[in-house]
Amino acid sequence: MRHIVTKGLVLDEPLIFEVSSAGRKGVEPAVCDVPVVDAAKVIPAAMLRGANDPMAGFPEVSEIDAVRHYTRLSQWNFGVDTGFYPLGSCTMKYNPKINEDAARLEGLSAIHPYQPEELSQGALRLIYELEDYLAEISGMSAITLQPSAGAQGELTGLLMIAAYFKAKGRPRHKIIIPDTAHGTNPASSALAGFKVVPIKSESNGVLTLDAVKAVMDDDTAALMLTNPNTIGIFERNIHDIAAYVHKKGGLIYCDGANLNAIMGIMKLGEMGVDVVQFNLHKTFSTPHGGGGPGSGPVGVGKALVPFLPGPRIKKSGNKYKFVRDNPKSIGRVKAFYGNFGVMVKAYAYIRRMGPDGIRKAALTAILNANYIKESLKGTFHLPYDQPCMHECVFSDKAQSAYGVTTIDMAKRLIDYGYHPPTVYFPLVVHGAIMIEPTETETKATLDGFIETMKEIAEEARANPDLLKSAPVNTKVQRVDEVRAAREPILRWRPGA
Amino acid sequence: MDFPKDLKYTKEHEWVKLDGNVATVGITDYAQDSLGDVVYVELPQEGGTVTKNEPFGVVESVKAVSDLYSPISGSVTEVNDAIVDTPEAINEDPYGDAWMIKVDVASLDELDDLMSADEYQKFIEEEK
Repeated sequence: MRHIVTKGLVLDEPLIFEVSSAGRKGVEPAVCDVPVVDAAKVIPAAMLRGANDPMAGFPEVSEIDAVRHYTRLSQWNFGVDTGFYPLGSCTMKYNPKINEDAARLEGLSAIHPYQPEELSQGALRLIYELEDYLAEISGMSAITLQPSAGAQGELTGLLMIAAYFKAKGRPRHKIIIPDTAHGTNPASSALAGFKVVPIKSESNGVLTLDAVKAVMDDDTAALMLTNPNTIGIFERNIHDIAAYVHKKGGLIYCDGANLNAIMGIMKLGEMGVDVVQFNLHKTFSTPHGGGGPGSGPVGVGKALVPFLPGPRIKKSGNKYKFVRDNPKSIGRVKAFYGNFGVMVKAYAYIRRMGPDGIRKAALTAILNANYIKESLKGTFHLPYDQPCMHECVFSDKAQSAYGVTTIDMAKRLIDYGYHPPTVYFPLVVHGAIMIEPTETETKATLDGFIETMKEIAEEARANPDLLKSAPVNTKVQRVDEVRAAREPILRWRPGA
Repeated sequence: MDFPKDLKYTKEHEWVKLDGNVATVGITDYAQDSLGDVVYVELPQEGGTVTKNEPFGVVESVKAVSDLYSPISGSVTEVNDAIVDTPEAINEDPYGDAWMIKVDVASLDELDDLMSADEYQKFIEEEK
């Protein structure tokens, strides 16, 4: 087969501190045209940097040294723009560059949040209409775009649930969370002041009504699940479960992290979901990872609308205005109105894709995942052998006989030029290998990946030691993750 | 893998050793093997209380972070702080040096539904 990796020109690169030379300059500032004053004469001694100058030892390099240093570092990087990145549960899909262009339009990127309403009508309209589109896609009554990421969206949703029960005069204290939910769900529940009640999914990976019945009581505020769940399977009992939870006075929170699999196909509101958060940086065209910024809008059903964070935006005639009088609102969750640039990209993406395009993206994501699942299920153990949604989960069971584990195979994939999939998650699968190809990959890319996975399985059988020492083609080879975790060095120090 | 006969086991892979009214608690050989190299452990304070089936601490490996579930209810009389600095002991000696907490057991009945070594071994065979 044709491998996509070659031994390229991999340059070594020291730290920027190590190439520093005292007095070297990249930029010559303009000649000072005001009288120079000695700082010590006008600033109290206690406020001067003095002997503990934190700027001492700051790198001094020429402009070309700085350019080369950061260019080389960027070339070591691996992202979705350089190769296949099938990280399950994270939706690392390619985001069309035109949406980046839209976010950089001067009229949208150079506005200020303190600009008067009448001079921000375009931005307000964009927020208002994006709320509308997300409401249409999810089937929810109203949306807030404020939360800055998925986990903050979860917290916002849970705070609204708490406020809802408090307003009814009967606070509830528990949230039920299945073992196939997203990892942040228990943390968000605890942060919102709830007690987490974990429940197990059935052997086919699906949550059952009986499992919910066994723990649901009148102190349970909500069931919080992810649909499709983290093993990529659709929670097909959701309708009955939601009806039961509602009958007991509880609410349904759906983590929308996996919305990429159902957008344009089905509406969460119609499944009985009361609260959902969207991850615009997964599903709606913002690069995911790298520290953000993200955006985690929250959609709610009718009963929770009064509790949405404020201010809200209202349209009257052709004018958009903020509504700040929301007595039941849980208040702001983010400065100003959220991460506006991410909203622009989502807006551009939705407008450009249209309802048919969005539906087709989801269907293609599902098709691609099932193609990989079917192609590899004879080679790797598939714990849940049934149609999957946007991702599929294998394990290392078949290779463990040769002493080869998931981490060894993940590291070997790097040698072949692929970003490894998610490993050891979800926890319900021992040695999990979780693959999410997304809709943007061609059949040729998927075939190349499948062939490589098969080759690695063959290596596991014939030459397990090779996998134990992988990656071997990279500049930095297998790192000692255990020592790094036990004895972390978090800061460079001179001479250390 | 080793499962001493004189211990009782939980479905969450903790072990208990009873001595009079004092129960010593740790995680099993199977648990440490599944977790891989343990890099961090968080234990409760001495004098605190633990509740049966409720988390009492956290164990973290390079693969995952997991809650530690208490097999019994009672007050914590002793905590093995040494393993906080040497979490590798959990991999090396899960039933010896790496015991985690000692609990003054509130009700000995609570041990009744725990598994014997044989039952536990059968349980993990099914779980695999």
